[in-house]
Amino acid sequence: MKSDTIAAIATAVSDSGIGIIRISGENAIEVADRVYRSKNNKKRLLNVKSHTIHYGFIYDGDVMVDEVMVAVMKEPNTYTRENTVEIDCHGGILVMRKILDAVLKNGCRLADPGEFTRRAFLNGRIDLSRAEAVMDVIHSKNEFALRSSVRQLKGSVSDKVHSLRKEILHEIAFIESALDDPEHISLEGYAKKLGEKTARIYGDIKKLVDSADNGKMLKDGINTVIVGKPNAGKSSLLNILVGEEKAIVTSYAGTTRDVLEESIKLHGIGLNMIDTAGIRDTDDVVEKIGVEKARKYAGNADLILYVVDASCQLDENDDQIMRLIAGKKVIVLLNKTDLEQVVSEADIVKKMTDVSFDGGVVRIIKTSTKENTGMDVFEDTIKEMFFHGEIAVNDEIYITNQRHKEALAEAGESMRMVLNSLADHIPEDFYSIDLMSAYAALGKIIGEEVDDDLVNEIFAKFCMGK
Amino acid sequence: MPEIREKVDVCVVGAGHAGCEAALACARMGLETVIFTVSVDSIALMPCNPNIGGSSKGHLVRELDALGGEMGKVIDKTFIQSKMLNVSKGPAVHSLRAQADKAEYSRAMRKVLENQEHLTIKQAEVVSLLAEESADTSVLYTKKILGVKTFTGAVYEAKAVILCTGTYLKARCLCGEAITHTGPNGLQAANFLTDSLQLLGIEMRRFKTGTPARMDKRSLDFSKMEEQFGDERIVPFSFSTNPEDVQIEQASCWLTYTNEETHNIIRANLDRSPIYAGVIEGTGPRYCPSIEDKVVKFAEKERHQVFIEPEGLHTNEMYVGGMSSSLPEDVQLAMYRTVPGLEHCKIVRNAYAIEYDCMNPDQLYPTLEFKKIQGLFSAGQFNGSSGYEEAAAQGLIAGMNAALFIKGKEQIVLDRSQAYIGVLIDDLVTKENFEPYRMMTSRAEYRLLLRQDNADLRLRKIGYEAGLVTEEQYEAVCRKEQLIAQEIERLQGIKVGANAEIQKFLEGQGSTGLKTAASLAELVSRPELSYEAIAGIDKDRPKLPDDVVEQININIKYDGYIKRQLKQVEQFKKIEKKKIPVEIDYDDIKNLRLEARQKLKKLKPLSVGQASRISGVSPADISVLLVYIESMRNS
Repeated sequence: MKSDTIAAIATAVSDSGIGIIRISGENAIEVADRVYRSKNNKKRLLNVKSHTIHYGFIYDGDVMVDEVMVAVMKEPNTYTRENTVEIDCHGGILVMRKILDAVLKNGCRLADPGEFTRRAFLNGRIDLSRAEAVMDVIHSKNEFALRSSVRQLKGSVSDKVHSLRKEILHEIAFIESALDDPEHISLEGYAKKLGEKTARIYGDIKKLVDSADNGKMLKDGINTVIVGKPNAGKSSLLNILVGEEKAIVTSYAGTTRDVLEESIKLHGIGLNMIDTAGIRDTDDVVEKIGVEKARKYAGNADLILYVVDASCQLDENDDQIMRLIAGKKVIVLLNKTDLEQVVSEADIVKKMTDVSFDGGVVRIIKTSTKENTGMDVFEDTIKEMFFHGEIAVNDEIYITNQRHKEALAEAGESMRMVLNSLADHIPEDFYSIDLMSAYAALGKIIGEEVDDDLVNEIFAKFCMGK
Repeated sequence: MPEIREKVDVCVVGAGHAGCEAALACARMGLETVIFTVSVDSIALMPCNPNIGGSSKGHLVRELDALGGEMGKVIDKTFIQSKMLNVSKGPAVHSLRAQADKAEYSRAMRKVLENQEHLTIKQAEVVSLLAEESADTSVLYTKKILGVKTFTGAVYEAKAVILCTGTYLKARCLCGEAITHTGPNGLQAANFLTDSLQLLGIEMRRFKTGTPARMDKRSLDFSKMEEQFGDERIVPFSFSTNPEDVQIEQASCWLTYTNEETHNIIRANLDRSPIYAGVIEGTGPRYCPSIEDKVVKFAEKERHQVFIEPEGLHTNEMYVGGMSSSLPEDVQLAMYRTVPGLEHCKIVRNAYAIEYDCMNPDQLYPTLEFKKIQGLFSAGQFNGSSGYEEAAAQGLIAGMNAALFIKGKEQIVLDRSQAYIGVLIDDLVTKENFEPYRMMTSRAEYRLLLRQDNADLRLRKIGYEAGLVTEEQYEAVCRKEQLIAQEIERLQGIKVGANAEIQKFLEGQGSTGLKTAASLAELVSRPELSYEAIAGIDKDRPKLPDDVVEQININIKYDGYIKRQLKQVEQFKKIEKKKIPVEIDYDDIKNLRLEARQKLKKLKPLSVGQASRISGVSPADISVLLVYIESMRNS
C-alpha cells in the first residue's frame, strides 16, 4: 500500500489557537528538517534522538512562519509505526495552514481522510477489536470530503475543468484511434497542432494552480447571508465590502437574479457573501420566489448579516425575518445612522426575544452604509467571532483546496511532459499516456473517474473499423 | 438403453480459435482431451476478415506464441501478405498483421490438432453440461462439473469442461428480411446448450456482429483501386519461426472508397435494415460498424475506405473490408456497385449480421473458471469478446488453467502489467461490457512495457513452467535476456572523450559534437543515432542477433519512459498482490457503501487490486476493505 510520507493538521480547530501538524512516513524527519530551524540554526532534526522535543522555528523558504515545538519520533514506537514528526504551534488556524503548506512543499503529500488511522491499524498499532471503529473513521471522513470537495468548487472553476478535460480527451481519442486503426486515421502533421493546444491547456492549468494558491478556486470560508427588508441597505453593504477591494475574488451571478454571490476576504478570513432579495410579505409571484430563495440560503448560512433600517419602525416583516434566522449566528447592522434613529439596540433585543430567538449568537453594530461608518467595528466583530470560534471554520475547505492543488500540479506536470515529448519528437503513443494522466488528475477535482470515457469518445467521434 | 459413455480429462466445446488453443494446451500438458465441433471441416474457421493480427491484436498473437500457443506458428505457415503497422510511431504500438489464406490456415491448424498426442476430435453437438452440487463447502462453488452430453446421447465424463462456443449458440443470420437460423457461413447452429447453461444458473446475453460480402475476383476492376503491398522485409509472428522462412512472394490487397451515391442508396433503404427496423435485439460492436452505421453516425463523411482483400490463393473470393451490412440482397448489390472498381461485381456470399447467445463474463474468475461451477471454464466469443486473436488468447489461458486445475496446481493469472492478455481478461471479468469486447492499445495502461517485440522476454518463462514451452526455447530467451543486459552495461561503461575523431564521426552521422565525455549508451539515446549508427566508434562490440540489437535500442532510447512505467507498475503490484480471502462476507463490512458492497458481492474479486477496478468501488471502500482483510487475517 501507499507508504509515502503524508501530513495533515492533526488537531481539531479550536479557539485556543494551539494545534499540531503531524507528518508520518519514511521521510517524515527529512521533510520536517527542511522546514525547521533551531534558535542558533545549527541543530538538524535528522541527527536528534528518537522521542525528543525541540524548540525552534518553521520556515517557508526564507520566511519565518511560527515559533514551535517539534517532537521527533522514530519508528516503530509511534502512532502509525512509521517515522513521525509532530509540530506543535500556537499561532492559530491560519498559521497552522501556513506550516502545513510549507511541509507539503518539502516532499510529502496531504494525508487522505482517515489515513493516519488506517496506517496505524494496518501497521498493527491499533487493537484489532477496534477495526470497526477504524473503518467508521475512514468511511465518514471520506464521505464528508467527497461531498464537500465537489460542492465547494466554484461554478466557473468547475466549468473550466470540465472544458479542459473535454479537450484533452478529444486529443487522446484522436491519437488512440489513429494507433488502433492506422489505415483509416492519419497523424500526419498532428504534432504541431497538438503542440499549440497543449501549450494553451498547460497555461490554463497553471492559472488554475495560481487561483488555488490564492484560495480562489473554492467558495471559501464562511457562508454569509445578508438578509433584511427591501431598501434596508443590504446591497450597499455588499458593495462596500466588495468595493473596498480588500480581496475581491470573483463576481458572478447567483443561480437566479434574486441572489448575488461574492467571495471576499477580511483579514484573511474568507467570506462567501450571498445577498438576498429583500424579505417582505408579498403577493407578487416573482418576488415570492426570491424570498423563498432567501429563506433557503438563510437556513444553510454559517453567519447572518441582518441589515435593519434604523430610521424605520420594525414591523411584521422584521418578525418574519427574525423567525427565519432564529438560532443562527447573527450580526445585526443597525443601518442608516446618518438618518434619525427610530430603532434602538434594545428594540432589537426585545423583539428578538419576543419571536423566541433562542440559542443563537447576536451582535449588534451601528452602521451607515451611505457614509461608510461603523465598518471597522463590523470587520473587527467578524474577526473576533472567527478567532474565538464562534463562527465555525470549515476546515475541509482548506483541505479540499490542498487536494485540488495537488491534482492540478499533477495535471500540469503531465502536460509539461507532453510538451517535452513534442519538443523531442517522441512518437504520439508515448505522450498520449501523459495526456491521459492529466485527464485523470483533473477528474479528481470534479469528482469524476476515467472509466470508459476514452473508448466511448473514440467510437463516438472517430469512424473506424473493418 | 445402451449408450456411449467415455471418461476423459477435458472436454472442449467448439473448435474455433479459442477451442483449438484450449484443446492443444490441455493435451500438451498431458491430459486426455476431446474437442467437439459441429463440423470437422470448420476447425479454425475464419468466418469474417481474412487476417490475423493488427493493432494490439498482433500483440495478443505474439504473447500467445510466447506462452506456447499455436496461432502465430500457423499464420506464419499460411499467410499471403504481411505488414508491420504503425512503424512511424513508437515501438510499443508496432503491430503485425498478416493476410491469411483462410482455407490453408484452417487446414494447417486442423493438421496440428489431428497430430497432437492425447487429443481427439469429435464431430458432435454438445447439448448439455453435466454437473453435481458441490461437496466442498470451504469455497464458493455451488456446483462441480462432471462432463458433457451430445445430441446423440453420448456422455463424456470429464474433470474439466471448456466452453468455446463462438457465435453458434442459438445463432440467427440476417440479410435484410431473409433470416436463417444458422451459425456463421450457413453452418449448423447449436440450439440446445443455452438452456442447459441457464439451468446451471449461468446468466446469458445476446450479442450481434456482422460480416461484409465476398465477391468474385473476376468481376472486379482493380485498375480503379489503389494497390496495397506487403512489407519488403517480413517479420514472422512466432518467436520459433526462422525469419528467413517467411520471405515469400506476397499477394496484394486493394483500396477503394464509397461515395455519396453509395450513401444515398443506404439512406433510402434504412427501413429495410434489420438493425434500424428493430429486428435485431443483440448488441453490436462499435468498432466494426456496418456500413449503414457509418453512414448514419458519421453523416458528414463524404467517403469511407473499402479494402478488397483476397480470401486465399486458391479461390477467387475477395473480402470487402469496411462494408459489412445486414441490408437485403438487392440493396447490397446496388450499394456495392456504386463503389469504383465494383461496378460489375458479382457477389459470391452476401453480407449478413449474426446474433448469438453468449454470457456475461463477470461470472468468471480471472483464471476463466466459473465462480459458481468448479471445473467449468470458458473462452472466446462466448465470453463476450470479439476477434480471432482475443478468442485464441483466452483459449490458451482457459486450457492452461483447466489443466493446472486438474493437476491440483496453482492456476495462472496474467496481470495488467504483464501482458495484453492480462488486460483483456481483467477487463472482461471486472468491468461492465455491453458490446463484443475488442482489444485496443489504449486499454493497456502499461503499454510501453507490453510491446510485441518483448513478448518472449515477458512470457516465455510462464509458458515454460506450465509445460507448453520447450526447455530449448526457454533457454534461448534466457540467453537473449543476458545478452541484452550485458551489452547495455558495456555501452554504459565505455566513455568516449570530446576529441576530434569523435566530433568528426558524430557530425558525419548528422549529430552534434560532445562538450564533455559521454558513454556510448548516451550516444545511442540520441534521437538521430542508434546502436547501429555508432558502430564506427565502437570497434570491439560483440556480434549480436537483430532481435537483441532491437531490444538494446528500445531500452536505451526510451529509458526514461520505461522507468516511469515501471514505477507505476510497482505501485500497481502492491495492491494487486493483496489477496482477498474467498470466504470474505461483504455484508459484514458495515462501512462499505451500498453500491460497492453489491458490486463486490457479485464480482468476488480475487485481489484488492481487482476490487479497485470495479466501477462503483471508491478508494475509501478500498481502505475499508484493507482494514477489514487485515482484521480477518489476524483473528
